[in-house]
Amino acid sequence: MKIAVCIKRVPDSETRVKIAADGKTIDEAGVKFVMNPYDEFAVEEALRRKEKAGAGEVAVFCLGPAAAQETIRTALATGADRGVLLRVDKIPTDPFEAAKLIAAELKGTTWDLILFGRMAIDDYNTQVGTLVAELLGLPCVTAVSHLDIDGTKGVAEREIEGGIEVVDFSLPAVLTTDKGLNEPRYPALKGIMAAKKKPLEVKPAQPGAGAFEVVALTPPPERKEGKIVGEGPEAVGELVRLLREEAKVL
Amino acid sequence: MTTLAVLEQRDGTLRKVSYEVVTAAARLGSAVDAVVCSSAGPEGCASAIAERAKSGGYGAVVFAATAAGKDLAARVAAKLGVGVAMDVTELSVEGGTIVATRPVYAGKAMQKVRVLGKPAVISVRPSVFTPPPGAQASQAKPESLSVASPGRVVVREIKAAPAGTLDVAEAQVIISGGRGLKEPANFKVLEELARAFGGRAAVGASRAVVDAGWRAHADQVGQTGKTVSPSLYIAVGISGAIQHLAGMRTSKVIVAINKDKDAPIFKVADYGVVGDLFEIVPRLTEEIRKLHA
Repeated sequence: MKIAVCIKRVPDSETRVKIAADGKTIDEAGVKFVMNPYDEFAVEEALRRKEKAGAGEVAVFCLGPAAAQETIRTALATGADRGVLLRVDKIPTDPFEAAKLIAAELKGTTWDLILFGRMAIDDYNTQVGTLVAELLGLPCVTAVSHLDIDGTKGVAEREIEGGIEVVDFSLPAVLTTDKGLNEPRYPALKGIMAAKKKPLEVKPAQPGAGAFEVVALTPPPERKEGKIVGEGPEAVGELVRLLREEAKVL
Repeated sequence: MTTLAVLEQRDGTLRKVSYEVVTAAARLGSAVDAVVCSSAGPEGCASAIAERAKSGGYGAVVFAATAAGKDLAARVAAKLGVGVAMDVTELSVEGGTIVATRPVYAGKAMQKVRVLGKPAVISVRPSVFTPPPGAQASQAKPESLSVASPGRVVVREIKAAPAGTLDVAEAQVIISGGRGLKEPANFKVLEELARAFGGRAAVGASRAVVDAGWRAHADQVGQTGKTVSPSLYIAVGISGAIQHLAGMRTSKVIVAINKDKDAPIFKVADYGVVGDLFEIVPRLTEEIRKLHA
C-alpha cells in the first residue's frame, strides 16, 4: 500500500492564545507546537494499513515553516518512511491556496490512500483534505471513525448529528480521520533514533494571495463575572429562580 | 447578487438548521434562493449544487456547518475554485464585501475575514443564526436538486442514535460531565436531568472521561471535540481545563456544579453551585421536571 499522510504543525491544545502586535495573528512566543491531534490518527492508520499489507510506503507531507521538520520527524519516529516539507513562511489564510500546493505535490504519484486529519485545531478550516481530493479528482470521505478496506472497495463510518453514517467508497481515495479510528502509538526511542536517518526533503513553496483577508484576530468576548449561587442542594431553588427570571433560559 | 442557501434534510424532512442557513443567508442583504439535495451521494450533490451556483450567478453560497454541510461545502467550493469560510458565527456586508467572523483555536480567538471569493462559500455554525420566532413556516421553500449520478461515495445507511438522544452540537441545553462523576454508570444522573428538559437537552462530556472510555467521542466538548453554543450549558464535575472552556465559552448561560470552589470552571460560569453533584443534580432534575409538568 502506498499511502500519503498530510500533517500540520499546530499550537498545543493547552496553549493560552495571545494576539500578536499585528492584531491579526497569534503571538507564537513561548507556544509549544505539536502535530495536529487529528493527524495522529491519520499517521497511525497509514502505518497499520501498511503493516497489514506487508509492503508499501508511508510518506508524510507537511505544509509549514522550517520548524515543521520537527513535526515530520515525529511521524517518522512512529514508523513513516519519508517526509516532505512544503516550506512556506506563513501558512496561507485561504485553505484553497494550501490545498493547491499540497495537491500539486501529491499529483503524479498513484497513492492508494491519501490521509488527512479531519481538521486542524488552530484554524478550524476543516476542508483541506476535501479540497485536495477535488483537485486530484479522487473520492473523499471525511471524519472517518471506522474503516474497512477490501481491495479497491472501502467502507467507512463517520459521525453525523444524531447517528453514524455508513459510507461505501472506492480506492484510491482521500480520507480525513476522526478520533475513535485508532489509538495512535507513541514513538519509541529506537524509532526516534531511526527517524534521524530517514529522508526528509524540504521544498520551498509559494502560496497565492488567496481570497481570504484577515481583518482582525480578537480575543473572544469576555464573559461577565458570574456568581456562586450557594452551596449544596439548598442552592438549587435559587439557581432555578435565577435561570428563569434573570437569565430567562428556562 | 442573489445568495444560494443550501438546506439540509434527513428522511425527507428539513432539519432545524436549514432555517438558520436561510436566516444567515438573508444577512447578506440580497434575495435568497434555497435548494436541497437528497441524494445519498455527496459527490452527486456537490456537482448539482456547484452547477446551480455557476448557472445562477450567485454572489454567495451558504451551508450549515454540520457534519454533512461541512463536507458538502468543501466539495462545492473546490469545484468553484475557492475555499470555504467555515463555521461562521457572524456575517455582514461591509462596503460591498462579505465579512465573516469565525472562532479559531476552538474559540480562544475570533478571526474576522473579508471573503473575496467569487462566489463566497460560507458555512454557518448551528444554533447561532436562530430565525425570528414564527418565521420558519414561510421562510424556506427549497427547490429539490436532481442528481445525475450519486458518484463514487455513497451513504449506504445511517445508524441512528437511540431515539430521544440529541447531538451536543445541536442541543439547546447541554449537561456535561467530567471526572467528578467518578464512574461511567453515574452519568445516568445527568441523563435524567437531560430528560427532564423534554427532548431539548443532550449529555456532553469532558476530554478526560472520553479518553478514559466512559463516554463516546461524539459527546466530547472542547478543542479536540465539539465547540458548542447552547442557550444553557451545565458543567457537572468538570474542573475546566483551557481546552474544555474553549469549546463551551460561547454558550449563552453557563452553570457550574463542582465540589471545588476554586475550580477554573467557576471563572466562566454565570451561576455556580458548590457541593456534591450527587445531591445537587437530582434536586435540579426534580425542579426542572416541576417546571415542565
